Amino acid sequence: MKTFEVLGTGCKKCQTTAESIERVASELGQTVTVEKVTDPAKIMEYQVMSTPAVAINGEVIHSGSVPDHEKIVGWLKP
Amino acid sequence: MLDFFTYFANWLAYTVFGLDPATRLGTSIHFFIEDTTKILFLLVVMIYVIALARAALDLERVRAYIQGKHRFAGYLFGSGFGAITPFCSCSSIPLFLGFTSAGIPLGITMAFLFTSPIINEVAVIMLWSLLGWKFTLAYVVIGMAVGIFGGMILDTLKAERWLKDFAAKAYQKAAGAPRHPGEAEVPQARKMTFAERHQFAKDELKEIVGRIWKWVLIGVGLGAALHGFVPDGWFAENLGSGQWWSVPVAAFAGLPLYSNATGVIPVMESLIMKGLPVGTTLAFCMSTVAASFPEFIMLKQVMTFRLLGLIFVILLANFMVVGWVINAIGPWLFAGL
Repeated sequence: MKTFEVLGTGCKKCQTTAESIERVASELGQTVTVEKVTDPAKIMEYQVMSTPAVAINGEVIHSGSVPDHEKIVGWLKP
Repeated sequence: MLDFFTYFANWLAYTVFGLDPATRLGTSIHFFIEDTTKILFLLVVMIYVIALARAALDLERVRAYIQGKHRFAGYLFGSGFGAITPFCSCSSIPLFLGFTSAGIPLGITMAFLFTSPIINEVAVIMLWSLLGWKFTLAYVVIGMAVGIFGGMILDTLKAERWLKDFAAKAYQKAAGAPRHPGEAEVPQARKMTFAERHQFAKDELKEIVGRIWKWVLIGVGLGAALHGFVPDGWFAENLGSGQWWSVPVAAFAGLPLYSNATGVIPVMESLIMKGLPVGTTLAFCMSTVAASFPEFIMLKQVMTFRLLGLIFVILLANFMVVGWVINAIGPWLFAGL
């Protein structure tokens, strides 16, 4: 099971990002955990400057926009 | 070319709707139609074109570029990049920390953040089409000056003392590290195909227009109401000689109001056309745009109240100085506007 972290200080786009990851995962019949990281100190540790950003296993794989459907599908591939 | 929108508004307001150009309602509706169609048209065309050009500009490159600069050039570049870099206000905290943890002085980071809401491509396009190039140029220079001087004052006071602990520590760590020339190399620009640029520009267009169209309507609506219903010469008679106290009143009146530059510019157009002195108008509008409570609440996450209060005072002082200076030299600067 994959654990996603959505980094962002709580704006609407971050919300949308977390929701679309959950939605795409359930479309593909996968269970994932999506955690929202809103603590600025933590976001700084990831060295992310534009949010929303997405990390898997502590590694940032996307930043600066709401990821599109295809991109999320790519992350969910085994 | 932009005359087309005046003719279109003439036709729609006076011929189709049968309104009388001599009535208040008639001039208001005409103003509303002309400005909304013109602004929305310009927005769509220009946002797309500009987004194509800057598709490869990202914050990492901007940061590395500023990092390699001498301090005073740093303020100028910080403020300049604030003007041209696209970024959503919800990113200001990560951006702030990204700059700070790279050892960029607080004043330079704040020069970026101060200028960013005041100047953007949308504001420039609207000003140019509504008030002409002279005014646009003055607005850009003033917007950058507010950022540059605000930043310099913060650094002179060593304001980084009043950051929240974790941010202050990150800054000290990076600023204390030995710096070798050429260490902060600017990363290579991503190579982008035209298709990728087009995609970026399309997304950008959808995102920006989706976010600001309401502001345009509200701003133009207010501008239209002012235009039609405030009697000609009212401002000129009552505030026209740029009474010194009108500037602080305008700056304070703008504080509780919150709008982005797009919404404020049609109001500005109306106020100036009604004879409110340009400096007073600018003090009001910059205060509305640049000092906003949502932004301050966000910055609270990385700053102490003391620092926030200081920033607030600096901004207000800057707006007042702008107002007074422009009122003093305005008649000479904007002759014929």
